[in-house]
Amino acid sequence: MTTENNIKTLIVKKPLKLDCGKTINEYPIAYETYGSLNEKKDNAILIFHALTGDQFVTGLNPITKKDGWWSYAVGPDKAIDTKKYFVICANVIGGCMGSFGPSHEDPNTGTAFGTNFPVITINDMVNAQYNLLGHFGIDKLFSIAGGSMGGMQVLQFISNFPDKAKTVIPIACTSSHSAQNIAFNELGRQAIAADSNWKDGNYSSKDTIPNKGLAVARMAAHITYLSKKGLQEKFGRKLQEREDLKFGFDADFQIESYLRYQGSVFVDRFDANSYLYITRAMDYFDLAKQFKGNLSNAFKATRAKFFIISFTSDWLYPTQENKDIVIALNSIGADVGFVEIESDKGHDSFLLDVPDFLNALKNFLDKSYIEN
Amino acid sequence: MKNEFQVIAELIEKEKKVLDVGCGDGTLMEFLKNNKKTNIRGLEISKSKVQECIAKGLTVIEGNAEKDLAQFPDKSFDYVVLSQTLQAFLNPELVINELLRVGKKAIVTIPNFGYWKVRLHLLIKGTMPITKTLPDEWYNTPNIHMCSIKDFFYFAKSRNIKIFKSLAINNQNVSIINDGNLTIKNFIADLGIFLIEK
Repeated sequence: MTTENNIKTLIVKKPLKLDCGKTINEYPIAYETYGSLNEKKDNAILIFHALTGDQFVTGLNPITKKDGWWSYAVGPDKAIDTKKYFVICANVIGGCMGSFGPSHEDPNTGTAFGTNFPVITINDMVNAQYNLLGHFGIDKLFSIAGGSMGGMQVLQFISNFPDKAKTVIPIACTSSHSAQNIAFNELGRQAIAADSNWKDGNYSSKDTIPNKGLAVARMAAHITYLSKKGLQEKFGRKLQEREDLKFGFDADFQIESYLRYQGSVFVDRFDANSYLYITRAMDYFDLAKQFKGNLSNAFKATRAKFFIISFTSDWLYPTQENKDIVIALNSIGADVGFVEIESDKGHDSFLLDVPDFLNALKNFLDKSYIEN
Repeated sequence: MKNEFQVIAELIEKEKKVLDVGCGDGTLMEFLKNNKKTNIRGLEISKSKVQECIAKGLTVIEGNAEKDLAQFPDKSFDYVVLSQTLQAFLNPELVINELLRVGKKAIVTIPNFGYWKVRLHLLIKGTMPITKTLPDEWYNTPNIHMCSIKDFFYFAKSRNIKIFKSLAINNQNVSIINDGNLTIKNFIADLGIFLIEK
């Protein structure tokens, strides 16, 4: 383990054969932990982050100096109570917060991998993170949890390692990326590729990064994380610091200004090539296809207890796609609970202060832990 | 706990796999789990009731029995319980068929529309009956397919559904219904409980 610039890193010695056919060796996994592992080592929860998340789940993110991405859900006395549980979260491979990714130096060229980095999948991500269990000497996790792409990793993890988690919480996710999901991701990738600073991924110095393309990608994606009603209520047609329309192309409307802001702060913390790689991994995700079209077979070997959560206004990973996972589990008699949470906050609901969601999460975990 | 739930629990042996359809706040599920070591699942349409079940540590799926029973394989539960909700479905026959497909046996309870107080209310007052088990007005009741114990008996016969046991509940009294006393039980019981199989 090494700690550099507040980033804890595990160097994985064991080679990992990727789905693309290439093998990676001695690669870093950056991670963070919260709370403490008990003596029996039965209180560990592995959290998987979403597309633009990182290992800094809660508290102050030492890199961005902002609150961790799941601060509403994780922390002392919160839904995932760090007084009680030992929380681990790793940056996915392909990411840009310390884990092996396209901004790492290619030893063959001495420059960043860029698009020479191998294409990775959700399967590769969880196989890499599995090494953390050995690192902490944990035989079985109490729980695995995550929303969006984090939920996809949860599903892949329990499929790959059926006896390594007691409870399984996929939130606002899908077992297979839909055409609409792929379409939005392609929009983001093309926005990056259209930025002349992208240079087929071979950008390096800080001032020539494809920040315009990445900002547009983020703006487009951000819209998909919110609901129409939520946007309307928050912004409506309100104007941005002006009395009337300016008959130009400045940000007249608050929603325009808001999106531009979201785009601009995103480029400060995220790497454009990582955005390409991670969205690709999401698009390639099709758990049923890995089991010859039968999703149930992905879960046949596990006796874990599942709790699946969706949100009414999430149109990116709608309730039906979450329910398809429930149906696949029920058809093999698995232990599965499901709730759809009422919320106007769209796909982002799982990241926000949605009391019904946070209560359900807390109750499920705490009750399951007692029975543990 | 309701007397009805005590009676249902007595019909179920220990360590069985049970699905409670329309499980509400999970009272029956909790009782079965604690007293019968039942491997119990619930299906419930109300989000707030689902939350109550989760708070009790029960495994519940939010869903609608008319659509969501379809996902369970044939005979995947030893018992499927349906307590006082049959009359609220758009298509009770379809739900009964699904209960009998999913469960090896089903336990169905119905508020009895043949109960004398119900009859008397309609006879004397001439308005839709309101009783302890049927507390709602005609315009806001969820109960759109009311039936009597006798109706259910005849329905089961006509569909070749085997009735293992049928019980009449009148306040705290529980008694067995058979072909001989059907008419009288249909008059004095406010609730019928049927253990059926197909």
